[in-house]
Amino acid sequence: MSGFTGFALRRTVSAVLTLLALSVIIYVVFYATPGNVAQITCGPRCSPEQVHQVAQQLRLDDPLYLRYWHFLQGIVAGHDYSTGTSVEHCPAPCLGLSYQSDQQVTQIILNKLPVSLSLVLGGMVLWLLLGVGTGVLSAWRRGRFTERALTGLTLAGIATPAFVIGLVLMIVVCGQLEILPFPEYVAFSDDPEQWMWGLLLPWVTLALAEAAYFARLTRASMLETLAEDHIRTFRAYGVGERSIVGRHALRGALAPIIALNANDFGSAVGGAVLVESLFGLPGIGQELVHAVTVVDLPVVVGMVLVIGFFVVLANAVADVLYAVADRRVVLA
Amino acid sequence: MSEALVATEVPEASVSGTSGARQFWRRLRAQRAAMVAAFVVALLVLVALAAPLLTALEGQDPTSYHPSLVDSARGGVPIGSFGGISADHWLGVEPQTGRDLFARLLYGARVSLGVALTATAVQVLLGVVVGVAAALGNRWVDQLLSRITDIIVAMPLMIMALALLAIVPSSFSRPVLVALIIGFVAWGTIGKIARAQTLTLKELDYVAAARLSGWGTLRIARRELLPGLAAPVITYAALMVPANISIEASLSFLGVGVKPPTPSWGQMLSSADVWYQAAPQYLLLPAAALFLTVLALTVLGDGVRTALDPRAASRLRIGTGRRQESKAGKEGSA
Repeated sequence: MSGFTGFALRRTVSAVLTLLALSVIIYVVFYATPGNVAQITCGPRCSPEQVHQVAQQLRLDDPLYLRYWHFLQGIVAGHDYSTGTSVEHCPAPCLGLSYQSDQQVTQIILNKLPVSLSLVLGGMVLWLLLGVGTGVLSAWRRGRFTERALTGLTLAGIATPAFVIGLVLMIVVCGQLEILPFPEYVAFSDDPEQWMWGLLLPWVTLALAEAAYFARLTRASMLETLAEDHIRTFRAYGVGERSIVGRHALRGALAPIIALNANDFGSAVGGAVLVESLFGLPGIGQELVHAVTVVDLPVVVGMVLVIGFFVVLANAVADVLYAVADRRVVLA
Repeated sequence: MSEALVATEVPEASVSGTSGARQFWRRLRAQRAAMVAAFVVALLVLVALAAPLLTALEGQDPTSYHPSLVDSARGGVPIGSFGGISADHWLGVEPQTGRDLFARLLYGARVSLGVALTATAVQVLLGVVVGVAAALGNRWVDQLLSRITDIIVAMPLMIMALALLAIVPSSFSRPVLVALIIGFVAWGTIGKIARAQTLTLKELDYVAAARLSGWGTLRIARRELLPGLAAPVITYAALMVPANISIEASLSFLGVGVKPPTPSWGQMLSSADVWYQAAPQYLLLPAAALFLTVLALTVLGDGVRTALDPRAASRLRIGTGRRQESKAGKEGSA
């Protein structure tokens, strides 16, 4: 057990270091670019004096390392911003103020986070069920028509970008058949049933886009396990095919599925951005696209960091789960 | 040349006497699906290259507006049946602008394939240089480069690309920019594969022999290691191309990738949902083009993998690029 604790500790330290390095890179890349942030923030009709004023307000004339240090201080200890007449306090994980709206970036993200988390976590449940289920079915019916049909469907799933799936689903399901209303986000605390109906299509879209990868992986790992010696022993003892496929072979596929789910988290978040924009869900993705189009750098940097945080977290959690799921893994 | 081919054979531990390239072709040709896919890809590349010729044949170009062909009173719906299909406009015209759809679709193929191939080239170049340098460098070089690679892998591509597109002045050519951004953000996995493979290769006898005969590190890297890296890197790169096509289409769909007047399939789809009743082909054509291209490239990529690494294929580890990513990740952290 001490080996495991040490492993978890080392993994945490490396995750924190990765995040820190990520924050440096992102900060430098975004704030060291030649684009005239002050001019863009102020608007095209600003006079040079006004632009200069904005630059001072945003501390754009400070050297980069000082601004990064200031940024880091904000995350750890919070900041006080003077808005001319009053002082606004921005509490501990302070990611700065939006250039556009003067809102606190942390607050913007917190407001949008429930939507994105609802979308990604709900979608994840669905794509794991769908993907692993398809993979198990293909492995069970291997060599038959079912497997070939599922393999073809899986390939089609991989070849279709999330937004195309969503676009077609929206037009067919909401526009033509009118089975579902157009997706709309209702907070879970307001009305759980509306929350579910409103997110159903986005979940399905995200799940269809991601499930294919899990179906392929599950099928491949299960077929690999089915070819191993201990499975032959089970067969010799007369264990039923259903139990062999459903229990023993699936167990062998568990660790790689966990690893893929973590590696995939980043791309799933990317998919979520597309799904949010497509269906008009007011989540982090939609806000990020908006911030990108108006060059609101504090919002962009804050969101990239928060998403990076979740990706690093997912990877760390997966490494631990991976070790638990597969005892053969050497903890390094 | 023959020296390079022999070197590919070594890590494969192949016993066959035929050269690596010939063996590769034989194994690729044996797969019917991959050959069909290769044919489709070749056709797509040809169409993309011949886009100016084909549109000249139609007598149109992708950027001219034809306001007379859309009904401005009804919000810009194409005039005529089936979205304005006519002898002059083979696939109809774009709603609102009246630009020729056939021309935009063909030029979209140029953008799509051009961006994806350039991005893949950048990914391979960066990944191989960093990976080989990490494997051959001393402990500190390896630590530094491996940590950088880890961070690059931790960056979500879509999010980073989206964010980076915000800060580059709009005067920069968008297709080139999108390709460079994808290339610079998503080389991490190839870097890990290149490092892991180089670490294995440099322990092999023929590399030791080269070192003993006094070859410098650079010469060994170029002459002895790169050929051995070809198989795993090509395998992964073949699956990066369709992934990059999806990314470009997605970014353009969000309105931050390739911008008008340059046509792009993703960008065409971004306004297609409004017009699907009046001009269904405005939705269906780019969607089908995108689907067919990514599908053909994915099947071809799978075929290339099977042909280059039959052992892996026989172990039925036929997955996607992401499967390798997790594998390389484990090897990298071990």
